[in-house]
Amino acid sequence: MNERISREDVAHVARLACLSLTDVELDAFTNQLADILEHAADLDALDLETVEPTAHPLPLINVFRDDKPGEAVDREKFLASAPEVENNQFKVPPALGEHS
Amino acid sequence: MTSKTLDGWEIVIGLEVHAELATATKLFSSAQNVFGGEPNTNIDPVSLGLPGSLPVLNQKAVELAIRVGLALNCRVQRSVFARKNYFYPDMPKAYQISQFDLPINEGGWLELPDGQRIGIERAHLEEDTGKSSHVGGGGRIHEADYSLVDYNRAGVPLIEIVGAPDLRSAEEARSYVSELRSILVAIGASDGKMEEGSMRVDCNVSVRPEGSEEFGTRCEVKNINSLRSLGRAIEYEAQRQVDIITSGQEVEQQTRHWDEADGRTHTLRSKEEAFDYRYFSEPDLVPLDPSPEWITEIQESLPELPRQRRINLAEAAGITPQEATLVVERNLDEFAIAAIEKGADPTRVLVHLENNLADGIGELTIESFAGLISLETSGDLSATQAKTVLADLADKGGDPKEIAAHHGFEAMDTSELETLIEGILADHPEDWTAFVEGDPEERKKKSGFFVGQVMKMTKGQADGKIVNDILLHRAEN
Amino acid sequence: MTVQETVLAIQKGEMKAQEVLESHLKTIQDREEEINAFNLVMTEEAIKEAEKIDSLVAEGKNPGPLTGIPVAVKDNICTQGIPTTCSSNILAGWLPPYDATIVERLRDAGAVIVGKTNLDEFAMGASTENSAFGPTRNPLDTTRVPGGSSGGSAAAVAAGFTPLAIGSDTGGSIRQPAALCGVVGVKPTYGRVSRYGLVAFASSLDQIGPFAETVADAALLLEVISGHDPLDTTSIPEPPLDLSSALTQGVEGLRIGVIDELSGGAIEGISDDVLACLEKAVEALTSAGAIVERTSVPSTVYGLSAYYVIAPAEASSNLARYDGVRFGPRVDAKTTSEMMVATRTAGFGDEVKRRIMLGTYALSAGYYDAYYGKSQKVRTLIMNDFAAAYEKFDLLLSPTAPTTAFPLGDKTEDPLQMYLQDICTISSNLAGHPAMSVPFGQGTDGLPVGIQVLAPATDEHTMFRAGAILEASNQGQS
Repeated sequence: MNERISREDVAHVARLACLSLTDVELDAFTNQLADILEHAADLDALDLETVEPTAHPLPLINVFRDDKPGEAVDREKFLASAPEVENNQFKVPPALGEHS
Repeated sequence: MTSKTLDGWEIVIGLEVHAELATATKLFSSAQNVFGGEPNTNIDPVSLGLPGSLPVLNQKAVELAIRVGLALNCRVQRSVFARKNYFYPDMPKAYQISQFDLPINEGGWLELPDGQRIGIERAHLEEDTGKSSHVGGGGRIHEADYSLVDYNRAGVPLIEIVGAPDLRSAEEARSYVSELRSILVAIGASDGKMEEGSMRVDCNVSVRPEGSEEFGTRCEVKNINSLRSLGRAIEYEAQRQVDIITSGQEVEQQTRHWDEADGRTHTLRSKEEAFDYRYFSEPDLVPLDPSPEWITEIQESLPELPRQRRINLAEAAGITPQEATLVVERNLDEFAIAAIEKGADPTRVLVHLENNLADGIGELTIESFAGLISLETSGDLSATQAKTVLADLADKGGDPKEIAAHHGFEAMDTSELETLIEGILADHPEDWTAFVEGDPEERKKKSGFFVGQVMKMTKGQADGKIVNDILLHRAEN
Repeated sequence: MTVQETVLAIQKGEMKAQEVLESHLKTIQDREEEINAFNLVMTEEAIKEAEKIDSLVAEGKNPGPLTGIPVAVKDNICTQGIPTTCSSNILAGWLPPYDATIVERLRDAGAVIVGKTNLDEFAMGASTENSAFGPTRNPLDTTRVPGGSSGGSAAAVAAGFTPLAIGSDTGGSIRQPAALCGVVGVKPTYGRVSRYGLVAFASSLDQIGPFAETVADAALLLEVISGHDPLDTTSIPEPPLDLSSALTQGVEGLRIGVIDELSGGAIEGISDDVLACLEKAVEALTSAGAIVERTSVPSTVYGLSAYYVIAPAEASSNLARYDGVRFGPRVDAKTTSEMMVATRTAGFGDEVKRRIMLGTYALSAGYYDAYYGKSQKVRTLIMNDFAAAYEKFDLLLSPTAPTTAFPLGDKTEDPLQMYLQDICTISSNLAGHPAMSVPFGQGTDGLPVGIQVLAPATDEHTMFRAGAILEASNQGQS
C-alpha cells in the first residue's frame, strides 16, 4: 500500500460522507483510492504557480432572476414522495446535534 | 451578574448577525418568502433540493445586499458563491450556498450612537435553512421521539454581517445590534424582527486580562432571541470563562447554546473536531460583478441613515448625537426638527417625544405641537397639564388652546401659589423643619410630600417644578 | 427513413404516430429482455401520447419537428410522475414532481417518450455495468458492454428500439457508448442544453445530448433540446441551434488537427485497429477537401487525472442530498444521523461510494490545494492548449474510445482500468467544448469504431459539417 491515502484517512472521509464501511470494504477502498490518487500524482510534475484556477468553463457573469413569485404549489406533490410525513412536515428520527 | 467579579478582565465580543432580506421570493428560486404560513407551502423543487433542481440568483436580493454593504461603509466587489457542505435534515441539499473567499461586501464599519466605530469584516449573501422541530421529550432535542422539518424557510435570502471583535461590554453589544437593526430597517433591507427570527444574533465571547493585547480563546453562543438575552448571555459567558481561567484551567473553543430559561450557556456538541465544510466554488452559479453604475444608483437611492439623522437632530436641538438616539430610533426626528424650526423649545420637544407619546404622534400636527409647547414655555400651562393636552391632540387632533380651555386649565399665578404653600407649611411645621435642616435625601422626601399636598389642593394644576423652586427659595431665606 | 422523413409522413397523414410506435414497441418486445436497455418501458403513456399526436394532426395542427418520433430518455433525467432512478437503489421508485426542461421540449416538439434507459449508477462508469438493475448488453454482440454511462440510450438506438435517444455526458458518457454501439452521439458545448432536471453528477462538466442512427437525425434532436433556459444559470443565453445547412456544407478548406497525444502519441492504450480507422477518417476528410495535419494539445495527457479529482469532488457534494429525509427509500434508525448513514450505505453501489469518498477527500481540509485546487489549474492549462490549437485549426480529430466494445466483466475488477476508457473524451468536458462521435470503420473483431470530431466552444455547426462528411464516407466504404 502506498502512502497516498491511509486507512485512517478513508475511515475519516467515509464518516464525513455519511457512509459506513466494513473492515473488508475499508481495506479494498483504501487500496483502490490509493491507486487512483497515485495515478493523479502526474499532476505533481507540473509548475502551476502562475496558473489561475478555472472554476467554470463558461464566461458568464451576472445571471439573475426577477423577484416574482412562481405558480402556487401543491404541497401534496412534494410530500407524496417523502418516506415519512406528519402534520404536513417531513418526519425523521430525532435529529441530535443542532447545527444552525 | 455585575462586572465587579470581572475586575481586571476585559470582555471581547464579536457579533455575527443574520438578517432575512425583504424580498418577495427566495434567494435562488421563485418560491415565496413570507413569514408564517402553513408548513411546506412555500416550496418548490429548488427549495427542497430535489435531484435535478438548480439555483438562479434573485436580483432583488443582490440589490438589498448592496444596500446593506453601502450603508455599512463596505467595499462592494466582485464575488462568487460557494458550497458549505454538511449533513442536517433542515439542509435540503446537504450543502448551503453561501459566500466564502470572495464575499460581496467587505471591510466596512458601523458607528455606535456613542461615537465608537465597530469594524464590519464582511456582509455576504447566503440561503437560509428549513426549520426543524423536535417532538416528545419536552421539546428538548436530546429527549425527543422524532423531529419534523418544514422547508418554508429553506432558501430565504440572508445577509450575514460579521462584526469585528471590537465590542467590550454587553451594553455595547446591545447598542451595536440596535443600531444595526435601525439601519437595516431604514434602508428597507430587512424588517429586523428578532422575535420572528428575521434577525438572528450569534455572539463570539472571549476574555483576557485587562491590558493584554492577545485574544483569549473564544466561544460562540447561539440561540439568542432578544436584546435582553444578548446582554445576559454575554455576561454569563464572560463570567464562566473568567471562572475557568482563574481556577487554573483553559477555555475550550466551543459552540454553546444559550438557555433563556435557566440563564446559562451549554455545550451541545460533544468534543469532536470542528466541522470540515469542504468549501468550493458553486458550479451551478456564475460570478456576481455589480457594475459601478448599478452601485452608484443604489448609493444614491439610500435614505439618510440613523447616524446622520442623529447628527441632524443634535444640531437642530443643541444636544449631542447620542442624546438624539431615542427620538431617531422612534422615527420621530423629522417631526422634532420641523417643530423646532417652527420655534418650539427643543428641550420640551424632546421630553414630550421621548416620554409622552408612547403610541406615536397619531393626529398630532407640527403646528399644534409647536403651539402647545409655546403655551408651556410661556407658563400658560404646567408640564402636567401640557401632557394631558398632548394626549388629546395625538388622539383627536385639534387646537391646543381650545383643548386647554376645555379642560379648564389655567396657569396658576405664582403669588397665588406662594400663598397656598405658606398655608401648607404652617399646617406641617415638623415636616418643614425636616426639609430646612435635612440632607438632600431628606429634602427630596419632604419636597415630595409638600408637592403632593399642593397638587391635592390645586387639583393637579400647579407646576411641581415651580413648587420645588419656591420651597428651596424659602428654605434659603 | 430518416427522422425528418418520418415526421413529414406523419404530419401529412401518410403514416400514423401509433403505427410508428407500435412497430418500435414490437422491436423492443423482441430483444429487450436480452439487451436490458430500459429501466422502464412506458407502454401505456407512449400509446396515449401517440394517439394524441394523431388527433392533433387530424385537426390540422402541427405537433412539432419531432412529431410522433419515439425517443428514449436516460433515467437520470426527471420525468414527472414517472420513476427516475439513476439506476440506483437510493432512488428506487422515486417519482419526480416535475419534468426536466428538455423533457418539456421533447413533448412540445411532438416526440413520444417510450421509456427510461439504463445507465451506470448516477452516470458514474463507462460500461453500464455499475447499474443497480443489471447491465445493458451491446446489441451488436451481447457478450459485450454497450459502453457507459449512457449505455441504455446507445443500445436503444443501436437495436432499433427508438430512432432517437437522450443521454448525458460528463467525461464521455454519450460519445464512448455511441462509438461502442456504432451510432452517432453528441456532447454539445457546456451550457448549450439546459441541465434543469438532469440529476447532477459533476455540475461543471455535465451536458445532455442526443443519440441517433445518423448525423442528420442527431442534429434535429439537438436543435429541439438546445437553447437558453432561465431555470439553468449555466445556460448559454442563445436561441436553439439551427444546424440544417451544416449537413450539406462539406469540409472544403477546413483546417483539421489530429490530436497527436491521442493518436499514437504520448498516451498509450489506444489500440491499433482504432488508429487504423482514424487514418482512414483522415483520408476521407482530406479527399473531401479538408486540410488535415497532426497537432499537439499537450495538456490532454493530464486530463484524466484532473477529471478524476474534479468530477468526484463535485459529485460528492451533489450526492449528499440522498439522505432519506425528503425522497427515496429510507433505512430507519434511532437518530437522523444514523438513518442517513444507513440509508446511504445501503442505497449506493461501490463505484458511487468510491467516487464520493475520493471527492470528499479531495475537498477536505488540508487537501484542497493539493488535489482540487491543482486540478482546477490543470483545467486552465487544457483550455489554454485548446485555444492555441484553435488558432490554427477549425476542428480537431481523435478516436472516441481507445478500444472497441470489451466483454462484460472485463474491466470491473480494476476501477482505474475502466477510467482509462475516458482518455479521449475527457478533455472536452473539462474545456466545455462540443465533441461528437461518428461511426467510422470497424475493429479487427468486426465491432464498430467511433471517430471523434472536436470543435471550439459554441461551434456545433462546423463540427456537424465534418460529422456529415465522415458519415457519408463511412457509408460509402461499408
